[in-house]
Amino acid sequence: MKIDNTLPLEYSTEQNRMNVLGFWIFLGAEVMLFATLFATYFTLAHRTGNGPSGAEIFEIAPVLIETFLLLTSSFTIGLGVHAMRLGRKNAMIAFFAVTLLLGLAFLGVEIYEFTHYVHIGAGLQTSAFTAILLTTLGTHGAHVTLGLFWGLFIILQVKKRGLTPETANKSFIFSLYWHFLDVVWIFIFSFVYLKGMM
Amino acid sequence: MDYFDRFAIPHPSPAIYASMVAIGLTVVAIIFGLTYFKKWGYLWREWLTTVDHKRIGIMYLISALIMLFRGGVDAIMMRAQTAVPDNKLLDAQHYNEVFTTHGVVMIIFMAMPFIYALMNVVVPLQIGARDVAFPRLNALSFWLFFMGAMLFNISFVIGGSPDAGWTSYFPLAGNDFSQSVGTNYYMLSIQIAGIGTLISGINFTTTIFKMRAPGMTLMKMPMFTWTALITNAIVLFAFPVLTIALLLGTMDRLFGTNFFTMTNGGMDMLWANLFWVWGHPEVYILILPAFGIYSEVISTFSRRNLYGYKSMVGSIVIISFFSFLVWTHHFFTMGQGPLTNSIFSITTMAIAIPTGIKIFNWLLTMRKGSIKFTVPMLYSVGFIPIFTIGGVTGVMLGMASADYQYHNTMFLVAHFHYTIIPGVVFAMIAGLTYWWPKMFGFMLNERIGKWAFWFIAIGFNVTFFPMFFTGLDGQARRMYTYSEATGFGPLNMLSFAGAIVLMIGFALIVYNVYYSTRYASRNISADPWNARTLEWATHSPVPSYNFAITPQVNSIEALWDHKKKGQPLFSGPIEKIHMPNNSGVPFIMSCIFFVWGFSFVFSMWIPAIITTIGIFVCMAHRSFEKDDGYYISVKEIEDTEKECEVQSR
Repeated sequence: MKIDNTLPLEYSTEQNRMNVLGFWIFLGAEVMLFATLFATYFTLAHRTGNGPSGAEIFEIAPVLIETFLLLTSSFTIGLGVHAMRLGRKNAMIAFFAVTLLLGLAFLGVEIYEFTHYVHIGAGLQTSAFTAILLTTLGTHGAHVTLGLFWGLFIILQVKKRGLTPETANKSFIFSLYWHFLDVVWIFIFSFVYLKGMM
Repeated sequence: MDYFDRFAIPHPSPAIYASMVAIGLTVVAIIFGLTYFKKWGYLWREWLTTVDHKRIGIMYLISALIMLFRGGVDAIMMRAQTAVPDNKLLDAQHYNEVFTTHGVVMIIFMAMPFIYALMNVVVPLQIGARDVAFPRLNALSFWLFFMGAMLFNISFVIGGSPDAGWTSYFPLAGNDFSQSVGTNYYMLSIQIAGIGTLISGINFTTTIFKMRAPGMTLMKMPMFTWTALITNAIVLFAFPVLTIALLLGTMDRLFGTNFFTMTNGGMDMLWANLFWVWGHPEVYILILPAFGIYSEVISTFSRRNLYGYKSMVGSIVIISFFSFLVWTHHFFTMGQGPLTNSIFSITTMAIAIPTGIKIFNWLLTMRKGSIKFTVPMLYSVGFIPIFTIGGVTGVMLGMASADYQYHNTMFLVAHFHYTIIPGVVFAMIAGLTYWWPKMFGFMLNERIGKWAFWFIAIGFNVTFFPMFFTGLDGQARRMYTYSEATGFGPLNMLSFAGAIVLMIGFALIVYNVYYSTRYASRNISADPWNARTLEWATHSPVPSYNFAITPQVNSIEALWDHKKKGQPLFSGPIEKIHMPNNSGVPFIMSCIFFVWGFSFVFSMWIPAIITTIGIFVCMAHRSFEKDDGYYISVKEIEDTEKECEVQSR
């Protein structure tokens, strides 16, 4: 395996460069996936049947907490990747761990939010609007859940194997994924919650 | 026993019971054969765990051919049922199931693997690469497709086939009107195969961007590789839409949501829109690689370089862009209003322009060429006029106001078979024959191949041309029978006769494979067609590492210029080559996916949860696995090269 030392560790081998490009392309497909969900959401947002509308069920407090948690986690993973580039393994692991804890807290609030919706009669089967609302949020939440496990595995690998071209590559790609989830959340925050509450 | 009642067939018939017995016997025969000849180890080591793009391509090919015959039997059943008025061969329910599975099998489980078979075998060779960018993912793509196909195919013996058409429009496909599990099979099997396709899209795009031989800029890529790149780009944008559509459809059926229902705010037209936002680009996913194959074949057998290379590239890019802007033309009659219909009518007709450019480029490539009518060339030349009929009737259908006359008639059926069969099936057979020596090291028999071509070309036209007339006379598609007073009888009988001829043609192809495997000469050169692109610069069949030395490319037709102008192609010493390790995980993970899909089809939640965990365990295993591959030593490469040269002498 040829290692090019003029490049950051995560780009240092040919396979690494392909992995990063491949992941960007995967994110392109993910953009399309969420775009479809958003398009469906906009189509069905006012088709509430006998159920409640967005304005009736959205609450600003949990949504703001979620937004705060997730945006902060995107910042901390950025710090993690920065630490990785400086070769500071322990700092990197610490930042990644903080990121995952923030993600976990986000997920906790989201689960609370979901049970709240079901409790006040906005379940999956209530109307087309509630179904697409919960599916869009749920798809994002499922991505976060997957990310928690993935991130944990990567921390374990970095801890055990140190910063190698392989582990650095995995960590960097994970950070791309995590930032992407943040971008999706910003769209959810703006176009689902804020627009719905207006 | 109540638990097992769900697996019963809702509409049994002797034919289905006979299929059950046949499937059972085939499985027993395969297991017995593998055990008797002690081939389990061989099967596992060489095929089930392989990550070699050429072997994966061959597995795609075999699956596609099997599915071609599965879909073909459906087709013959339909033509037989409609051959005479008031026929009682199939009842309405069975006819619904047969046309549904015919459509799904042919598009998703025949045409898709066929194009991926050829892309797998050819693209890495054409760009001078060792393999694809992610060989392990490539194996996963194949096995997910395969398990999706198998899940779909067991539907007719366990639980009942889908019967809502290959488009599965809601509310017909909803729980109220499709009560059997058939449509669950549709949703989940296409989902599993679709994930595989999406992974392939990522894999091939990365491969083509990153792994081209030194000197091969984008505008020096062979045309088939160009079409593969654009096709995979369409896959990346189209398949996620299908993923969501199927997810929402599955939730409507299994969890009682109201996305596409008629109550509580649901919107049935949303399914039609989502389906065709994927479905129309899908048409171009199938046709673009076919255009690539024709470009290669026509140029090779006209002994001329491809006319208008740049305009060819430009037109496929434009086609890919337009492919996302025409989906509404599939339901002009379903109430969008004149403005929307007009816009989509214009975009639809606009696609004829880049397609026309390609047709003229092929014609001009052949002009003043010294044309050799080999089997691949026959299909390519046959394609041009037949496909043009399909294209012209497509423009007729694209006129929104006129479409009210054609919609849902046999005219439409004739039109899309006139595009897909010469467009995709002819191209696949042409590509199969053309690249066969590269895959297997011997050539298919030309004489039998030509007989097959004439049977297929004539049989095809006899089958489908009468449908234009019956369609204009008002015969609706998907009707299982008609009365004698309609007068559709004689033309439908003619169609049936054509279908028999077509079937003989396909049987001849199978016979050709058998005959050539037994009798064809194994002493062929690396370049038996005197071709122009890089895949012909290495041995036939190709050694596992593809090229002993990475080729150096200076022009669009690297091999041709090497042969004619003496441009250097391979220079430098042989170095050790890095190769990926085989792995059984893609196969095992896909088997779990199969059980996962099956559990969801029948709403069996405990196995569904267990298999979901199993899938994630496989992914976690991959995360922790250390897999650095292995090296082929210089000596080993030199030995292999010598052996290949002796063989081809």
